[in-house]
Amino acid sequence: MLSVMILLPLAAAALVLALGDAARSRAVAFGTTLVLLAMGILLWLRFDPSTAAFQFTERAELFGGLFSWHLGVDGISLVLILLSVFLMPLCILAGWESVKTRVSGYLAAFLVMESLMIGVFASLDIVLFYIFFEAGLIPMYLIIGIWGGARRIYASYKFFLYTLAGSVLMLLALIWMVREAGTTDIPALMAHDFPVRAQTWLWLAFFASFAVKMPMWPVHTWLPDAHVEAPTAGSMILAGVLLKMGGYGFVRFSLPMFPHASVELMWLVFGLSMVAVVYTSLVALAQADMKKLIAYSSVAHMAFVTGGLFAFNPQGIEGAMVVMLSHGLVSAALFFCVGVVYDRMHTREIARYGGVTDVMPRYAVFFMLFTMASIALPGTSGFVGEFLSLLGMYNASSLLGVVMTTGIILGAGYMLWLYGRVAFGTVTSDEVRAMPDLKPREWAVMLPLAAAVLAIGVWPGPVMAPLKAPVASLAARLAQAEAPQQAVLRPAALQGVAP
Amino acid sequence: MTVALDLARSLSVGAPEVVLAAGACLLLLLGAFRGDRAADGLSWAALLVLALAAVPLIDQPAGTTLAWGGLYVADSFSRYLKLLLYAGSAAAILVAGPTLRRAGIWRFEYPVLILLATLGMGLMVSAHNLLTLYVGLELMSLSSYVLAAFDRDNPRSAEAGLKYFALGALASGLLLYGVSLVYGFVGSTDFVAIARELSLGATRNFGALVGLVFILAGLAFKVSAVPFHMWTPDVYEGAPTPVVAFFATASKVASMGLLVRVTIEAFGGLKPDWQQIIVFMAIASMLLGAVGAIAQTNLKRLLGYSAIANIGFALIGLAAGTADGVAAVLLYMAVYLVMTLGAFLCLLALTDGEGRLHDQLADVAGLARMRPWLAAALATFMLSLAGLPPLFGFMPKLAVFNAAIEANLWGLAILGVLASVIAAYYYLRVVKLMYVDGPADFVPMPHDQGANPLLMVAAATISSPLGYALLGPLSAAGAAAAAALF
Repeated sequence: MLSVMILLPLAAAALVLALGDAARSRAVAFGTTLVLLAMGILLWLRFDPSTAAFQFTERAELFGGLFSWHLGVDGISLVLILLSVFLMPLCILAGWESVKTRVSGYLAAFLVMESLMIGVFASLDIVLFYIFFEAGLIPMYLIIGIWGGARRIYASYKFFLYTLAGSVLMLLALIWMVREAGTTDIPALMAHDFPVRAQTWLWLAFFASFAVKMPMWPVHTWLPDAHVEAPTAGSMILAGVLLKMGGYGFVRFSLPMFPHASVELMWLVFGLSMVAVVYTSLVALAQADMKKLIAYSSVAHMAFVTGGLFAFNPQGIEGAMVVMLSHGLVSAALFFCVGVVYDRMHTREIARYGGVTDVMPRYAVFFMLFTMASIALPGTSGFVGEFLSLLGMYNASSLLGVVMTTGIILGAGYMLWLYGRVAFGTVTSDEVRAMPDLKPREWAVMLPLAAAVLAIGVWPGPVMAPLKAPVASLAARLAQAEAPQQAVLRPAALQGVAP
Repeated sequence: MTVALDLARSLSVGAPEVVLAAGACLLLLLGAFRGDRAADGLSWAALLVLALAAVPLIDQPAGTTLAWGGLYVADSFSRYLKLLLYAGSAAAILVAGPTLRRAGIWRFEYPVLILLATLGMGLMVSAHNLLTLYVGLELMSLSSYVLAAFDRDNPRSAEAGLKYFALGALASGLLLYGVSLVYGFVGSTDFVAIARELSLGATRNFGALVGLVFILAGLAFKVSAVPFHMWTPDVYEGAPTPVVAFFATASKVASMGLLVRVTIEAFGGLKPDWQQIIVFMAIASMLLGAVGAIAQTNLKRLLGYSAIANIGFALIGLAAGTADGVAAVLLYMAVYLVMTLGAFLCLLALTDGEGRLHDQLADVAGLARMRPWLAAALATFMLSLAGLPPLFGFMPKLAVFNAAIEANLWGLAILGVLASVIAAYYYLRVVKLMYVDGPADFVPMPHDQGANPLLMVAAATISSPLGYALLGPLSAAGAAAAAALF
């Protein structure tokens, strides 16, 4: 099943390239993503949430015993695969009309991306994971470089080289781990106890990669550029899924494989998360470009993920996972909202808008909903995640909790201000007055996103159920590492955090 | 009687070289009678000779066999490299016809010179004595000098040949000087005897070490490792493209094989000493190759710098000095041969209406819209040379870094991965030119390419993620070949 989910989009990409015709390519690509969505839902229905073990595992020795084609999902990867297959048809719809040149290449790049994203989350072999993880750079580079905005060349290089530079150190650490543990199997590596001293170095090498991918302050600077220049659907998939690979990396690798180093270096993550939340929120306040503002808000939201994960308690980790899921939906939706008005006005400058509520009332409702979800208003998915992760962070350190909470307040500040400037006020420009309201295709993107955001907000049970068991076993493994060090390290860690 | 027996045995052990030598002489005679009209026929005959030479290789018994009084060795290491070499040489003959004919220099000497160079390469990787090493190296080099100047009416080609010859002769001189020093201090030129003497740990090892430094300098020239790389971009730019494809593939594989055999088999006892040299050459080559390529505007020069950088990566495996490291070098050279050959095949397809080759970087601008399949192939080779997953070029890089970490060479590994990030920039630039930029003035027109499209598809398939299917057999063969040296 998982192999099919990885190979099917690749086959569809080849078909789309061979067809070369825009209309038929769109139909094939959209159909494929819908089939994958159906397969993802089937996976979800057949998933057994009571166990932390990997399910739907497949294994084939295709690579001469050096590593293997080993796939499987637990609750954590299941949720992220669901997010990917859910967003992908919407991304295809989002670029349905706005992308006019080289359509089949564009769609093929997205289909390849989908295959690689599923591969990243489903790999149970560390070398295979690395291949999928890095391979995603090439289609994304092309998406930004070919179909992006004015400074797309700069942005695409920056995106590529930044993330590549982060990842190569992880490659070296990974090689050492495989030599040390004698296996490339992720489940076996997760249970392996690496020497405590080596853990710190390995942790730092993995951190270099995931922190860039996430992105964490101060290595986040590629993100605003990449978002601003990427086409709408590219931003949606970048914010929606690619950033989650960093968080997934922490949950799958850093925490379970290097628990001692995670405990020891928790102050570093906490410190960076606190800076990120305050600093990038302030930066977001000062943005004149809508996409840039949302990009900075992404960095701030990702700080909730890192903070929650390194709280080491089930609430924090579960909360971080839900923040990832919710941010995946909400930021994709917000980027789509920007794309909708950009398609009409061809500008992302906030000051050029104003009074959109008057001319596009239906659009304004959706935009409002996603703005509220980004602020984490109760009843939206954002609330569930951020509340849980803040709860976890308070348990770990009240200072952290207090600082991170300011992120919610600042977040409300920049998001409401953005909404106010774009949607409210009187219509001053004729361009704004001429904008038509949502088209059926745009409804088709907005509605599922809004439904998902609200559904998770009021009834998070179905998506949180699969998370319980793997998070509990992860928290237990971390508690084991924490226990002997608690007396010595905990206070020191908190001192290190103090400003 | 024993002499005759020994001769018969040596002839059978060295059968690949015997076939090549006889074949080359025969073809030379035929060519002298028939003239350039026979170039096509001789090319096919040369391919046949290569195939015939490969037959005894495939049948070669397991284990290490010495012949010609210990001058020559046949083991799985030499077999692995020779099979690669013959494939590279066959490709060099196959690709040349259409291009050289259009340029009006399709002469019968071409296949003969390639065969002679291949014979020299075979001797190099089978060398068990410093003298065989030198003879093989010179045979390859002299043929190469002529090949570099093959387009003799073109000043650039003549310049390339002359430059290659002058610097190459200097390198040979250094190497020969090193050989004489080693002979003077150790008292033998036989690899096993040298290794035995060095293992005694006498003080005269220092003299041998000085000799080794000179030998390494000479060999570094052949593999174009920094600081003996200067000729590479110039020769790549000036020499006819099919010839450069030959230099970049078969020549590099043979020289690398020789370098590995000499350092491990003969001078294994001095490993801590030569390891420093190899580490330096690896780091310098990777960094200089990566940085130097950024400013290039000519694709062949760019590939020249790419060769320098890639040799740097391959040297990481040798620096480790372990069986895993040597196996990594062998895997690296095999995949490198395919990727580079593919890249040159793409270059050969960049012809204009009159069939002239265009090899400027700007000429590939917008290629994706004019020749999508050609652009896809070139992008595959570029990204694969950069070692980016999921392309197959990632695997050999992974293998050499694995060897470096096994040997605890962390500094080398870290600088290596950073150099690969820098190098990714210029490989990406080619992809960007083809896919992002608009078309240049130059519109490539397809011309008769002979067997090139088929070869290109094969090379692109191996360089693409589909190549992982070969990983098992390739790494098993590489591991067996590496084991022969330890």
